Amino acid sequence: MRIWLVIIPILCIAGCGSTWNDPYPASDRGKSILYLAFTERPRHLDPARSYSEDEASINAQIYEPPLQYHYLKRPYTLVPLTAAAAPHPQYYDAQNRLLPHDADAKSIAYSLYEIRLKPGIYYQPHPAFARDENGKPLYQNMTRKELESIGDLADFGKTGTRELVASDYVYEIKRLADPRIQSPIAGLMSEYILGFRAFSQRLQKDPAADLSKCEMSGVEARDRYTYTIKVRGKYPQFAYWLAMSFFAPVPPEVDHFYSQAGLAGKNLVLDWHPVGTGPYMLTENNPNSRMVLMRNPNFHSETYPSSGMPEDGSVLKDAGKTLPFIDEVVFSREKESIPYWNKFLQGYYDVSGITSDNFDQAIMMSVQGEAQVSKDMAKQGIELKTSVAPSIRYMAFNMLDPVVGGYGRRARLLRQAISIALDFEENISIFANGRGIPAQGPLPPGIFGYHWGQEGINPVVYDWADGGAKRKSIVAAKKLLADAGYPDGRDAATGKPLVLYLDSTGRGADDKTRFDWYRKEFARINIQLEVRATDYNRFQEKIRKGSAQIFTWGWNADYPDPENFLFLLYGPQGKVKYGGENSANYDNPEYDRLFEKMKNMENSPERQAIIDRMVAILREDSPWMWGFYPKDYQLNHVWLSNLKPNQMARNNVKYLRIDAKLRDRMRREWNGPVLWPFAFAVLGIGLIVVPALKYYRRREEGRAK
Amino acid sequence: MIAYLIRRLLYAVPILVGVNLLTFALFFVVNTPDDMARIQLGIKRVTPDAIHSWKVAHGYDKPLFYNPRESGAKFFTDTIFFEKSVPMFRFEFGRSDDGRDIAQEIESRAGPSLEIALPVFVIGMMANVSFALMMAFFRATLVDVWGVVLCVAAMSISSLFYIIGGQFLVAKLWHWVPISGFEAGTSSLKFVILPVIIGVASGLGSGARWYRTIFLEEVGRDYVRTAKAKGISEIRVFFHHVLRNGLIPILTGAVVIIPSLFMGSLIMESFFGIPGLGSYTLDAINSQDFAIVRSMVFIGSVLYIIGLMLTDISYTLADPRIRLQ
Amino acid sequence: MVVILWTDGLVFLLLGLILVFAAFASRRPHLSLPWRRVGQSRSGMISAVILICLISVGLLDSFHFRPQIAIDKGKLVYSVEVLSAFDALVKTMRDHTERTYSSPFSAYAFSKETVAGAGGQSRVYPRLRYGGADLVDPDKERIPDILRRSFVAALEGIGAWALLAGILVISLSRGKGFIGTASTVLGGKTEIPWNAMLGTLLAIFLVAFPAFALSSHYHVFGTDKVGQDVFYLALKSIRTGLVIGTLTTLVMLPFAIFLGIMAGYLGGWLDDVIQYLYTMLNSIPAVLLIAASVLMMQVYIDAHPALFETMAERADLRLIFLCMILGMTSWTGLCRLLRGEALKLREMEYILAAQAFGVSRLRIVTRHILPNVMHIVLISVVMEFSSLVLAEAVLSYVGVGVDPSMISFGTMINSARLEMAREPMVWWPLAAAFVFMFAMVLSANLFADAVRDAFDPRTRVASRRILPERDEA
Repeated sequence: MRIWLVIIPILCIAGCGSTWNDPYPASDRGKSILYLAFTERPRHLDPARSYSEDEASINAQIYEPPLQYHYLKRPYTLVPLTAAAAPHPQYYDAQNRLLPHDADAKSIAYSLYEIRLKPGIYYQPHPAFARDENGKPLYQNMTRKELESIGDLADFGKTGTRELVASDYVYEIKRLADPRIQSPIAGLMSEYILGFRAFSQRLQKDPAADLSKCEMSGVEARDRYTYTIKVRGKYPQFAYWLAMSFFAPVPPEVDHFYSQAGLAGKNLVLDWHPVGTGPYMLTENNPNSRMVLMRNPNFHSETYPSSGMPEDGSVLKDAGKTLPFIDEVVFSREKESIPYWNKFLQGYYDVSGITSDNFDQAIMMSVQGEAQVSKDMAKQGIELKTSVAPSIRYMAFNMLDPVVGGYGRRARLLRQAISIALDFEENISIFANGRGIPAQGPLPPGIFGYHWGQEGINPVVYDWADGGAKRKSIVAAKKLLADAGYPDGRDAATGKPLVLYLDSTGRGADDKTRFDWYRKEFARINIQLEVRATDYNRFQEKIRKGSAQIFTWGWNADYPDPENFLFLLYGPQGKVKYGGENSANYDNPEYDRLFEKMKNMENSPERQAIIDRMVAILREDSPWMWGFYPKDYQLNHVWLSNLKPNQMARNNVKYLRIDAKLRDRMRREWNGPVLWPFAFAVLGIGLIVVPALKYYRRREEGRAK
Repeated sequence: MIAYLIRRLLYAVPILVGVNLLTFALFFVVNTPDDMARIQLGIKRVTPDAIHSWKVAHGYDKPLFYNPRESGAKFFTDTIFFEKSVPMFRFEFGRSDDGRDIAQEIESRAGPSLEIALPVFVIGMMANVSFALMMAFFRATLVDVWGVVLCVAAMSISSLFYIIGGQFLVAKLWHWVPISGFEAGTSSLKFVILPVIIGVASGLGSGARWYRTIFLEEVGRDYVRTAKAKGISEIRVFFHHVLRNGLIPILTGAVVIIPSLFMGSLIMESFFGIPGLGSYTLDAINSQDFAIVRSMVFIGSVLYIIGLMLTDISYTLADPRIRLQ
Repeated sequence: MVVILWTDGLVFLLLGLILVFAAFASRRPHLSLPWRRVGQSRSGMISAVILICLISVGLLDSFHFRPQIAIDKGKLVYSVEVLSAFDALVKTMRDHTERTYSSPFSAYAFSKETVAGAGGQSRVYPRLRYGGADLVDPDKERIPDILRRSFVAALEGIGAWALLAGILVISLSRGKGFIGTASTVLGGKTEIPWNAMLGTLLAIFLVAFPAFALSSHYHVFGTDKVGQDVFYLALKSIRTGLVIGTLTTLVMLPFAIFLGIMAGYLGGWLDDVIQYLYTMLNSIPAVLLIAASVLMMQVYIDAHPALFETMAERADLRLIFLCMILGMTSWTGLCRLLRGEALKLREMEYILAAQAFGVSRLRIVTRHILPNVMHIVLISVVMEFSSLVLAEAVLSYVGVGVDPSMISFGTMINSARLEMAREPMVWWPLAAAFVFMFAMVLSANLFADAVRDAFDPRTRVASRRILPERDEA
């Protein structure tokens, strides 16, 4: 008993005041470091190749394309980043004559974008720029032997910098066309940028060509700070591409530096070690466990935006101050959602998305149905930010399928019946825990062409009742099904039950329950659903060959324009025939005609009218069950300020601010080790050892006698 | 002995060739090179051109096992199988399908893997032996009976429960260690300690029970009775004779897995976010990165063969009567 | 319409083989003697009782049929859903699906929902559709109701047990008087520990009867994310576990026995080839081999969707494939053991004598070698069972286990582990999986021990984990 009086206080002293479960080095406490997580290891950090969200959250802090999205303004607005001003296209006809701004789209042969850069922007320090006293590059054209001792970029010793010039941007556009680089947007850009395809073909023939010496006819550096891009026809959405990392600058000497023989074998390649002008630079690159960004000492001056939306009071405190505020960003790899979530609760991540499984803990709905953080979390000071992502999760029918596909009445009614029966409101509440808005059509809110309220409902699936959209009843669905020739879910002609197939990639833990749910929903109108779950490759193949029947799919917009959604159902994008993005293989000539007309238009009432007609056609044909628009719930701790979710811009780290002292205090408060189990463990061991010793002693005595 | 080892090494070559053949056959039945290209190129906006150039760039544009368009030696050499598997015998693994150098990756991941696997092996061995020794010492008493019951119960629990439960209690409720993560150097201790404890605990049941039977067999031998009859204390008999003689079959039996410790533990590593070879393999399976999978299979096979050789050697060391021929 | 799935057929084949062997062995003392020793083991027989209960659930779950849904123009129309006799037996449990989570024995949903009421919308815990649905005021009535129902069911359980015990005593008494026999049996003075077995059975009945009785009014183990009864899921998992544990060994036995004895007895180049084969298979890390094979067969299944009329058939084929693949990776151990044993037997005098007399090789193998290695085969079969059940869970975690639509311990654990992060925690699916899996594996382990002790206590067939320990842990 007396022993405990000694041990417990000792353990307390050891335990109190320090935390045992801090996953970061003690020396980092109190520093202005932002802690984030990534789930998938980044595959590419080359701006010409990277296309995923996780990669963008790193790359967007490093690379600076000419334009960016305004951090606070909604709807999303483009503002200059390295450009002096947002470019306005000038239209030319086939004879190179300048056309007025309101010229007919048909007469426009190409649009000229002239981008002027701000002078005085410098790259991050990097050995590729290092020069000796005579101005000769130090680390270019090194021999294999000289490079032998190099294991890391730091081994080069010296670094240098250089001013950002227009030809760096031109060089990157050439890289997009380079078949060796395999940029995901090369195919798309060859449709739009003049000379892109020819350039690409030329490189195909001559793979050893030096990019900076070959010319692309549509892209030109006019002077040190100005470059121009000629875009085929009229393509107003092109400006959005200029805000993506694909159009960030890459200095030729950096590319040259990394292509030195022997560096690739050490994983020293541009694809892994980005070099940019942005607020941060990548200093530790270990995609298996952590990626660290440090403040770029050469970052040009940029200030916090001074205007936003009316509700932005608290995030405008720092208006006009010089960016960035945070010195270092640590991205840790977190493959499993449970550790990710728990570490966020313990204060070791500053921001967290919420997976549906820990939603109950995080969120309460207020009486008005608005999401709030739960009491426990509010006590911790956790704040919730919601936003609707410009994306859609839908279920598609394969229009080539003999049963659910086709444009006849029978198949259409069947699709409509299923669309009614599949209760996405319940799906959202079970699997996304309410984090979504049931979709009324292909366009999510916030995108031009979306209608709120009664005007926007899908009359095929919903009725307007009591001031809200109300899903039609199962009875209505059953009636449609009977009209389609499947009374009670059985084919009226053959009497056989109607069996439909859901194709899915199902390997995760949550998938089984999801499949069960789908089956349950289809059973409500007596349709038997069979789930054909398979691995990702096989699934893709089925979609490609058009052998899938019903499948779930999603789309995250590249840019906030209706064209980027409506093209998903455009005939010539058909997956099976053309290998495009229209995986439902929907093909309606009237729709296609309207799409071609709509895509190049500026936002106007006229465009709205066309979009409305297109959406009406889609709703009637129901090639998709429209599913839902996911809502993004983001939680952040109280010590992180200036956070406003921006679904388009990933370069938001520079705006954030951290109160590291507060964070340290709260982490200590939350993570005191619990010590009573130690006492139990000691007691348990005692319970084993003492009788054993006693027994042993008795036996020895017995032997001695 | 040396002649024996050389012979074993030569014997390893056909085994490794067979392993490679099997891996390639299995993998390519599942995946066409087109699939592999698609997985690497992502979902959005993938064109047939991009797929073709990916295949050319990664050397998957050739036939798998034989090339009907070539004759002579090239019939077999100008194929994916030949070009991808021969370098492995020189331990050149090339680049993974997503473009990173595999050898370097393995080098940087072997450390974290070993930091878990080695302590689990060593501490686990010691824990198993001491537990087994205790049960053997108190044989046919309540300690022994309950020990065996506990062992059987412990080995009837799926290792997933040990991990889920351990992580939940120790890391989430009690805040003793970080929930997941890893850091090289001395501070790795706080990340490694929980996985090691769980690893040891989940192996304790079957291990201790198995070793107990070995010790009991040893206890039943004549020399133990003789020693006791001579009045040597039981503790002394146990530690001097039973332990020493019992350890020989235990150690020679365990030698075979020592080299394979390098491969890490698949599930433990992915639960605890340890960037080792186990989670590397699991990631590769999930992303179907063939370059990594075949390299890991190859290395695994090599390590297993080394393990077999070490076992043979350890037999000769333990018992000089055995000669390797 | 009766449906015989592949696994069903094999399970019944196995059962038939066991029964034939039992009939065969009961008349031959040298074969039945070791089994009588198993019968004397107390722990062995207790676990046998538990195993038999589990196996009966599994067997019931192996009679599959497709329910008739309508008669159309004189033709019977069958549903494409494949049910089992067990599903029909516990129909209420199967049909009572709630919307989403509810805790064990609860009458309310686990999380709040927005309900439109008289005074506008409010957030409440809604009542469940089935769990405690017939109660007016669950707060007051629920516990008495549960106690009452379990008490009645427990009495029924005791009645059923008494009936069984009575039948047993009568069949044992052989005219010696009921009371006298009963006291010998209960006093434990019989050769086979009937009293322990009856005790176990009583305990099982006392738990099982109330559980089943309550299952039609409550969710004994709660419900999962889509509202399915967890108790039902756990019971369905039993069959999957049993199939994997038994059929895998059934699949691998021919390989292991044939190749092992051939290699050991015939030797020569055959021995080299067989050794080469198993060294090669052994040297490939097991998980990788299994993953590759499972993916490969998935490709086959996907490429031939027309072969399978129902999802159950597809999932079943994947299960049988999984058994084969596990068999492929696990036959090597037994093969090596048998090879060693055959090598030893080959030099035995009686075999040499038989050879000298010109007895054919085939005859020597079947009459002399095979019977003498059967105990090793048997021991490793029972030892392997539990490790296979455990391996399934791990493989499902890696994503190469049973079909995701198939209910198994692995898929249960896999989805349950995500639920641990919820707060308040959803612990019951994991707990249910733990309890049932633990009961199954533990009794299998104990039974295996009894078998090993009875047949050959000195055999060094360690209970091996199919995936090497480092992989599983």
